Amino acid sequence: MTLKYILKRVGVFVVTLFVISTLAFIAFSIIPGDPVTRMLGMNASEERIVEMRSELGLDKPIHTRFFKWLQSFVTGDFGKSYSYSIPVRELLSDKVLTTASLSLMAFVFVLAISMPLGLLLSRYSIISSKGAKSSFQRAIISAATALNQIIMSIPPFFTGIIITYVFGLILRFFTPGAFVPYSGNPAAFYAYLIFPALSIALPRSAMVIKLIRGSVLNEAGSDYVRTAYSRGGGQWYVLLVHIMRNALIPVINFLAMTLSDIVAGSIIIEQVFAIPGMGRLLLLSISNRDYPVVQTIVVIIASVVVILNLLADVICQYIDPRIRIT
Amino acid sequence: MLSIKNLSITFTNEFAVEAVHDVSLNIAPGERLGLVGESGSGKTMLALAISGLYPRSTTRISGEVLFNGTDILKCSSKELCRLRGKEIGMVFQEPMTSLNPLMKVGRQIEETLKMHTNTPPTRRRELALEAMESVELPDPKLTYEKYPHQLSGGQRQRAMIASAIIADPKLLIADEATTALDVTSQSQIIDLLARINERHGVAILFISHDLSVIRRLCNRVAVMHAGKIVEDSSTQAVFENPKDDYTKRLIAAIPTRDKRRRQT
Repeated sequence: MTLKYILKRVGVFVVTLFVISTLAFIAFSIIPGDPVTRMLGMNASEERIVEMRSELGLDKPIHTRFFKWLQSFVTGDFGKSYSYSIPVRELLSDKVLTTASLSLMAFVFVLAISMPLGLLLSRYSIISSKGAKSSFQRAIISAATALNQIIMSIPPFFTGIIITYVFGLILRFFTPGAFVPYSGNPAAFYAYLIFPALSIALPRSAMVIKLIRGSVLNEAGSDYVRTAYSRGGGQWYVLLVHIMRNALIPVINFLAMTLSDIVAGSIIIEQVFAIPGMGRLLLLSISNRDYPVVQTIVVIIASVVVILNLLADVICQYIDPRIRIT
Repeated sequence: MLSIKNLSITFTNEFAVEAVHDVSLNIAPGERLGLVGESGSGKTMLALAISGLYPRSTTRISGEVLFNGTDILKCSSKELCRLRGKEIGMVFQEPMTSLNPLMKVGRQIEETLKMHTNTPPTRRRELALEAMESVELPDPKLTYEKYPHQLSGGQRQRAMIASAIIADPKLLIADEATTALDVTSQSQIIDLLARINERHGVAILFISHDLSVIRRLCNRVAVMHAGKIVEDSSTQAVFENPKDDYTKRLIAAIPTRDKRRRQT
């Protein structure tokens, strides 16, 4: 990978973040609502409001405010939360940890569920040159495909509600709402996140399984696969050594999208399981018009998306010599 | 060595096309047999039946394919895996897509050894380099590390041949192996196949729709038409004294200098 390529990607990264934060800033000045009335209440006196506005710098025109925010942001000062009156950095640190843990755990679940099941399902779906499928095999495949389709179409919040009901209220594997912060007890913190992560992971795993199966079946008809059989390769060998590498390329790009989707979509599942994470804070801060917090979270989410896509590109280049940049 | 007896292959779809009809064919050790016919005449299905690669779920097959006494059609998939690559090598039509794009050429050539023998990796590499040398791939050490997209069509076909002969098979099936190549590479590959046949004594079943190519390489020709073998004798006999009407038309279709002169 050349220096030019790296510079180009970093440039794209910076421009993306700039555009996203500008748009977020503009969006906030368009929508109605005012942080000052939120903070002081409806009955605040006119003088107090004017005083507060100038204190926060809200009386200045939008571009002045934006560049002032940008200036302090790039120096690492994310500002102070309007509604909590503490620095955004301090407010966010454990929320970011919570959401990152939840997202990563969900992603690991996606991988752990979809990879083996996807492989198994594709292995039995390949129209084999070695013999017709038995009707039992065919029935298993259709049942698995149908089940996969159903799981795929259930939204995570609904899975979350069912999991809370079954594992929380009936089986009592965990206590709904009894979130333990990481600083309190790391083990209990991770234990609480298992079920929320599972409800995020289930529908997405189903999607990945479907994608793996489609991609493998697509590759299985290729000439190089026939060549591998003609050299004497067995079904599993050809699937794992030849087909899988080729079939993984679209899957890796999808996985990168999935992970950024999980981070951005944590808002909903954090609501369902009462997890005080970044998503929940974002929701609250938007309704409180807490600009500094919202801006920071928007930039964090945008960075995650851009970085994950870059990572997917790098992995694909590692796998596929044809798109490798030398 | 290979003896096909009354082989029929029928597709089990709604049209029930009979791709191969009651075909009997023998190949002796070291022989170069050409199988010629138009597209759709069943040549490829015949080749796939010999290697056990025909689509089992969509076809019905009857007859026998005896390879040194074993009926390939009755083999289990494990037995077939042992046969493919080790006893029967195959080269296919599309050099562009027949190699795995994500795997180094050298690794694909030595894969046949990896599947059938316990040769240690360093020795496998040496044998792969030797095979690459014998198919006249330029600079084997460098080419070993290359990926298929970095080779030309002719070079890829050479790599395919190297991987097909590296385990010293008794039979090499070349299914339209030169069709996708330009005329120069085509003639080089034919010469190469002839040399390999002489050097290793491997029998070659050369499948093509092009009689002029077959004439250069093969000592026997079988003509296939609509799933049947309509003519099977020495190359000389077929060209000098074709018995079947279809063969006569095929031979007449070969462009010659005389005809070209007449046309212009």
